[in-house]
Amino acid sequence: MNFDIAFGQYCEGNSILHRLDPRAKIISALIFIVDIFIAKSVWAFLLLTVFSLMTAAASRIKARVILKGLRPIIFIMVFTGIVNIFWFKGERLLVDFWFIHIYLEGIINALLIMLRVILLLMGTSVILTYTTTPLSLTDGLEQLLSPLSKIKVPVHEFSLMMTIALRFIPTLVEETTKIMNAQKARGADFSEGSLVKRAKALVPILVPLFASAIRRADELAVAMECRCYRGGVGKTKMNVLKASLSDAACVLVFILLGVAVVLINKFASGFRIGI
Amino acid sequence: MVRAEGRATPENKNGNENEYIAEFRDVTFVYNKGVTYETKAVDSVNLKIRRGLITGIIGATGSGKSTLIQMLNGLIKPDSGEVLIDSENILSKDVKLKKIRFKVGLVMQYPEYQLFDETVESDIAFGPRNMGLSEEEIKRRVESGARFAGLDFSLLKKSPFDLSGGQKRRAAIAGVMAMEPELLVLDEPAAGLDPAARREILGKIRDYRKERGTSVVMVSHSMEDMARYCDRIVVMNQGRVCMDDTPPKVFGSSEELFSAGLDVPGITKVAYELQKLGIDIGRDIYTVKYAADMLCEKYGLKASAENF
Repeated sequence: MNFDIAFGQYCEGNSILHRLDPRAKIISALIFIVDIFIAKSVWAFLLLTVFSLMTAAASRIKARVILKGLRPIIFIMVFTGIVNIFWFKGERLLVDFWFIHIYLEGIINALLIMLRVILLLMGTSVILTYTTTPLSLTDGLEQLLSPLSKIKVPVHEFSLMMTIALRFIPTLVEETTKIMNAQKARGADFSEGSLVKRAKALVPILVPLFASAIRRADELAVAMECRCYRGGVGKTKMNVLKASLSDAACVLVFILLGVAVVLINKFASGFRIGI
Repeated sequence: MVRAEGRATPENKNGNENEYIAEFRDVTFVYNKGVTYETKAVDSVNLKIRRGLITGIIGATGSGKSTLIQMLNGLIKPDSGEVLIDSENILSKDVKLKKIRFKVGLVMQYPEYQLFDETVESDIAFGPRNMGLSEEEIKRRVESGARFAGLDFSLLKKSPFDLSGGQKRRAAIAGVMAMEPELLVLDEPAAGLDPAARREILGKIRDYRKERGTSVVMVSHSMEDMARYCDRIVVMNQGRVCMDDTPPKVFGSSEELFSAGLDVPGITKVAYELQKLGIDIGRDIYTVKYAADMLCEKYGLKASAENF
């Protein structure tokens, strides 16, 4: 089985982006998403593309890794692109055959939509997941959401759950491989037979996997009790997050990017995205 | 005891060539290929496993033992080299790996975590059922598997999740024994068990081999266990085979063992110390019984060392 989950994986490094406060990165990523969705003009997209590439370069992450991360969405991207080509009505008709009408504008529009998806994924993964460890990510999220605990939202518990879930993904992947190998050694076959047969073949994997997940949860709970874990109340942190000037600058850059996009939308001529 | 079909006996299809049940020819396997931290788990290994014997594989953590034995049934495919089972290259395209897996029964580390079925009985039957045997034959095999693994028949109707740790381990081993493989491969079969359960399981494996003539390959960290149960010992160090010999020879060469990050059995150390004190009973002492015999011989005593 292929457990290729390059998207969303932390890549070690020591670039400017790696060193930024996770809270600044979360906010910046959110602003970036807004920037992308308010962009209408082709020129705004050009600006966003150039900006994304610059961020990617600043993160010092290998282009290969970033491209690999885009692979899972190729299908969705191409699919939405093609569907859009047929639905868009423009001025310059290229193909007129039976019920199929393809306009030049439709093709450009489809390309822009695909570009939007790429920028969305690339931008957020470069700003957030590739350059932030899961732990500091949840830490930042907890801090950002902490005002909500005033209205009785269990923010600390949510962030703990997220941390634990992230922590156990690799463990469970490893466990699955082990169990699969053990059952293969007993002659199990996961790739042959009808759909029903294949679904049934999963039982010998899923049952031990669930059993071990529950066992691990139990052990973890005991370990936490042993270290006197009592929830988030009165808990202090070993690594206290401190926002610096560069964090504020980072957020500001993304806000300015948004302002630039709005201005370009308003004044630049040329093609505008349909959806 | 009736030996089932007798197919595991050395019938010698082609004379000499069948002296070995398995063979590694220049096998290399690299983990994380192409990534910066790529490691050679198995490095040009040439090794022949003798038919009908218990072969022990010892080595420090990360020496490639587990990787090596998972190649025996094609779970891991080497990057280069050949793996032969019964003189047949299992990596060639026209060999069905499923057939090989019935021939080479592999018990992985901590096999109790692979139990899944509603009853112990049906769990043990999982392997035989995959082999496409008749219900009668499956029943016979489940029973013989349970008996060989030392599992009480009253446990067969229970859920595997209700068993104790040692019983679970036995049920898992029974599941592979019930496939009646020609080569039984076990990765740390006694790890994490108490001394009594340890002795019992390893003793059962020895009995199983004695009765069925199955060849056995066993990985362990315990020098004592290996000295006690194995006919041959293979020592691995950083992905390479550095020794392949009889237990007295292997445990007699302590320097090599130490440099491989291993140890000698406790009794061997005792023999060294005795030697230093001027009581020389040889350096190839590796079981307590043998040490006792040698000491008795030296001093002309006739004490019985049966209890070791």
